[in-house]
Amino acid sequence: MSGVADATTTTRPSWMTASGIRTLVREHPMVPLVGLLALLVALSEVIRPGIVSPNWAGVLLRGAVPLAILAACQTITMLTAGIDLSVGAVASMSGFLVATLVGDTGLVLAIVIALAVSALVGLVNGIGAGVFKVHPLIMTLGMSLVVLGLANVWQVMRVQTGSGVPTEFRQLGANLFFGFIPVNLLLFVPLALLVIFTLNRTGFGRLLYAIGDNPVASRLSGAKSWQVLAVLYLISGVLAGIAGFLFSGLTNTASVTLADSALLPSVAAAVIGGTSIFGGRGTYSGTIIGALILTVISSILSSLGYPEAVRQILFGSMIVFVAAAYTRITTD
Amino acid sequence: MNAAVGAAVESRSSPLATLGRLVRRNVWTLGLLVILALLLVATKIIQPSYGPAGIQGLAISVLPLALAAAAQTSAVLARGIDLSIGSMMALTSVVSARLMDDQTEGFAILVVAGVLILGLVIGAVNGALVVFTRVPDIVVTLAMLFVWAGAALLVLNTPGGGSAKWLSDLTRGPLFTDWLPQAAVLLVAVVAVIWIPIRRSRLGLSIYAVGSDPLAAFRSGVSVTRTKIFSYMLAGLFSAIGGLALTATTGIGTPVPGPYTLMSVAAVVLGGVSLAGGRGGIFGPVIAVIILSLLRTDMTFLNVDTNLATVAQGLILVGVVMVGSLIQMRRER
Repeated sequence: MSGVADATTTTRPSWMTASGIRTLVREHPMVPLVGLLALLVALSEVIRPGIVSPNWAGVLLRGAVPLAILAACQTITMLTAGIDLSVGAVASMSGFLVATLVGDTGLVLAIVIALAVSALVGLVNGIGAGVFKVHPLIMTLGMSLVVLGLANVWQVMRVQTGSGVPTEFRQLGANLFFGFIPVNLLLFVPLALLVIFTLNRTGFGRLLYAIGDNPVASRLSGAKSWQVLAVLYLISGVLAGIAGFLFSGLTNTASVTLADSALLPSVAAAVIGGTSIFGGRGTYSGTIIGALILTVISSILSSLGYPEAVRQILFGSMIVFVAAAYTRITTD
Repeated sequence: MNAAVGAAVESRSSPLATLGRLVRRNVWTLGLLVILALLLVATKIIQPSYGPAGIQGLAISVLPLALAAAAQTSAVLARGIDLSIGSMMALTSVVSARLMDDQTEGFAILVVAGVLILGLVIGAVNGALVVFTRVPDIVVTLAMLFVWAGAALLVLNTPGGGSAKWLSDLTRGPLFTDWLPQAAVLLVAVVAVIWIPIRRSRLGLSIYAVGSDPLAAFRSGVSVTRTKIFSYMLAGLFSAIGGLALTATTGIGTPVPGPYTLMSVAAVVLGGVSLAGGRGGIFGPVIAVIILSLLRTDMTFLNVDTNLATVAQGLILVGVVMVGSLIQMRRER
């Protein structure tokens, strides 16, 4: 980011000029993101020499994975100029549901039920946004209240509170192979590849970009936007449900508000990763880097030993700064 | 935009036609008032003992939320959205609580004035960041949510501080008759005193113009930059008053933001303000907040599980907006 100012003064090779960098960045949006990530990792090492180790990276990656899955929900919905504010409630609910059901139904059935409920919530979101044209912000906000309330009712009915996170989830969400490869990558890598493949190589992915880029043109070209949105939000719900399993496994707790605190960072991760909130522009690979950047930032802030207050201020300022720098480089 | 034309015509037409136009223009707000009246009657039927005490409790509990709704309206009308309202309220609340603790009543007047200025300043920071970074409103204010919440924690790490007696007294007790809570009068007075002059001024007109179509407004010579920053300053000011109301009604400052931001978005939409900007007024959302709170009270009287009340709130939010957009779609057809 600071390279822009330097480049304008030196100007020799063409790719080093401001406009050259802009072109480079616009064509390869991952370059500055990966650069920033590397910079932050280097910064961690400078602040705490010796901290960067395979284990450190593994722990960070492990924490970034559930966030990256929630951010996938934001990425795919933002492509159509939407947003999914129900992912926090859905993820918490799904983890909680499995933890309370697993004793009675067995793990597989519990997972199926949790994912089915998540999908149902997503479908309702999609029908509200697609058929009734309710602003996605309002639709998903309303549904998150509904999910939270119902999850609380379920909690009261079951009394038993969240001691039953299945061992499988704990192993999947919290363990590290050889002390540095997070087990949750087993789930995340195929999932991420699937999302990237769907966005880049399938008609459905194209439709998402088309609807977000120009809703009128896509309608005139025969895209049934309500069908696309219904499926889209359903997928978003399922992804949130899966993220919920990892959250509950990672923390070994099941609570109806477990993933709430990850909602706003998931939006931030997608935005930092270069997804436009106005639709039509963004990639999931960018979002993954965005989630990693946020995770490294919060790890740096906590390793500095600042109080919570200062950490929050710096965290917010950095989001504004990164988003502003990115907007400045990629637009006009 | 319509307001200027409307005002010019109004002065020449008969009072009855003026009244008709007034009703037509505020049909959503009037509808909300009718619903509120019906709900109050229903509450009295459900709980015959519901009286002045209940209404006073309602007014006090609604006060901070209604001011948050007013703040959100200011931002949304100019096609923005402010997700940092809850944090700004927390920050202004702890600042006022900390400064007023163990101080003289006179000093508290200075504190109140200072906190209002603080609200304008932090609102201006939000607005300036939105305008000058060209990052979407929702992202900037989302990030500022962390910044202001962190600042609130810096001021007071745990709930504490105090409130001046006169400030707390302003929100407590009835005025003139038992049925008129002072908090309600305060709310209407504050919102009206700030909003009506602005609404009638050039600035108010430019807020609506920028909200309806920023490009058209820009080409007509409206400064979009200045208008947007101003709308965020107004949001900051209302949040600061909300923060003062929190301190006054609870007697302490709490650094952790309450659920005000998301509820304010809900109230704005229920209050007939378009999220696309430029349409709606400030009183609709305020009444919507009162309706939502009263519904919750009623459900408590009916022994409905509070969790189901949350569900109902979500369904009402979604349902009302669905009906609204269905009406809109049929009209367009």
